[in-house]
Amino acid sequence: MALTYNDAIEKYEPTLGLEVHVELNTHSKMFCGCATVFGAEPNTQTCPVCLGLPGSLPAVNGKAIESTILIGLALNCSIAPFSRFARKNYFYPDMPKNFQTSQFDEPICVNGYLDVEIDTDEGLKAFRVEIERVHMEEDTGKSLHVGGATGRIHGAEYSLLDYNRAGIPLVEIVTKIIPGTGKYAPAVARAYVTELRDILRSLGVSDVKMEQGSLRCDANVSLAEIGSGKLGTRSETKNVNSLRSVERAVSGEMVRQANRLEKGERIVQETRHFLEESGVTRPGRSKEQAEDYRYFPEPDLVPVTPDAEWIEALRATLPEKPSLRRKRLQAEWNVPDKEMTSMVNAELLDTVEETVLLGSDPTKARSWWLGEISRLANEKEVAATSLITPAQVAEVISLIASGDLTDKLARQVVEGVISGEGTPAQVIEKRGLKVVSDDSALMVAIEAAIAAQPDTAERIRGGNIPAAGALIGAVMKATGGQADAAKVRELLLKHLGQS
Amino acid sequence: MTAISRDEVAHLARLARIEMTDSELDHLASEMDVILGAVARVQEVAGQDVPPTSHPLALANVFRDDVVIPSLTPEEALSGAPAKADQRFKVPQILGDAE
Repeated sequence: MALTYNDAIEKYEPTLGLEVHVELNTHSKMFCGCATVFGAEPNTQTCPVCLGLPGSLPAVNGKAIESTILIGLALNCSIAPFSRFARKNYFYPDMPKNFQTSQFDEPICVNGYLDVEIDTDEGLKAFRVEIERVHMEEDTGKSLHVGGATGRIHGAEYSLLDYNRAGIPLVEIVTKIIPGTGKYAPAVARAYVTELRDILRSLGVSDVKMEQGSLRCDANVSLAEIGSGKLGTRSETKNVNSLRSVERAVSGEMVRQANRLEKGERIVQETRHFLEESGVTRPGRSKEQAEDYRYFPEPDLVPVTPDAEWIEALRATLPEKPSLRRKRLQAEWNVPDKEMTSMVNAELLDTVEETVLLGSDPTKARSWWLGEISRLANEKEVAATSLITPAQVAEVISLIASGDLTDKLARQVVEGVISGEGTPAQVIEKRGLKVVSDDSALMVAIEAAIAAQPDTAERIRGGNIPAAGALIGAVMKATGGQADAAKVRELLLKHLGQS
Repeated sequence: MTAISRDEVAHLARLARIEMTDSELDHLASEMDVILGAVARVQEVAGQDVPPTSHPLALANVFRDDVVIPSLTPEEALSGAPAKADQRFKVPQILGDAE
């Protein structure tokens, strides 16, 4: 009988370690001036430096160093007064130089932490994840394995290499081992990567798109019997490309390892690959043979020695922490917990804030973005923010507030903007959607309705107020729904001597 | 005592993907031993107060601006490749697994 997740955590205590690689969003590569555009035609962003041609010399991108220091500061790290690049030597065609310029024992940032909160049965629970180091390196090229059934490396006849990505600045953020998370290990892993992603986004140093690989997570998991005080052998799961997958990969590994241990089998120290479709991991390269990268200081580059002045100048530019910002906005906008969570999960917090900063009421801004606009976005399977801008939404909301649009007309305006008919003002103009608020124009319609239904009018004069509904309906119909119903009601009742 | 053993040289050759015959290994092991012995003499004069250096110039913080400069064309980039296909470098079957 295979152990389930609940069985596994009854008996075993997990220990986590997380390595996150983040591609910086600099315009040019780490050591050369090649562009870094995602999805460019193969091998159109390469030069002698990133192709590792003889005689070429690297030059460090200063912006990338600044971004790395910012990341370190945001993660409460110490910034090393002296750090160096090192060559990590290995033979694999994704790195045309046959080494990766990385950092070894002298990383730029060390000893930080990140506090995360997770939702549990016992309420919000805080965990501190300690950061071992934040170091700089360069990304590798992309391989395409040809031949063989699955596009995988095994059974491939040959491989094709695109070096556009080789040399893009990459920052590696490594946690210390994370003990004591128990049954919450998968949730802590996810919360950590989520919070880290939000911090990186707030710093503006990366696109942090997991689906495009600009943020990648490797999860180390080991199990030991509860109370044994030991550390088990770990596996390292790569290829974890979404927040949900981080959680699934950790829980999947916990269950797999618990089942092996239960059968008396040992855990092999190895790299495993996460399979998105099935949520399980499959074995990759075994790490039992100790890696031998023969690191040595990069002789073509000089050390990085940030002084206190530079570090403090960068620290002064740190934005508000995303977790604090969420709490502040929730309080300012008076948003219930559940709605706040949906707004954050829908990644619409920034957008709603932008709309609010343009003068919209927070509740209205939130309800437009999470309601009508998200609904249309879901139908079209695109991001809400790709359909309409915060400025356009703010304009619609302000037209409702001023009485120029009813909610119903506003929905038509939004739909018009989304179908590419122009700005809200243009859609209103083209579709003739303005609320008929001119009293005399409304009075013409009201008198016409009374003339058409004299009996109803008589009943209203006699005090039967609910009968007004029929006449209001007729006026609304005559004005193509563009009148403000409350205004029609007011004018009608006044005209018939009932107010 | 030797500074580097024949086994160590064989190991390095394997890591560097260089195929070597037994006689080449014998020859290189003794040659490298002499070179390392000569280099080791530097340590006799370098005291505790001399930090190991990785660069001949006493420079730090040399950075370039984050500015894009034109790349090679794909034709230029691939011009020295022994094999190519679909505007990519073509390499023989890779054994083992991706980094």
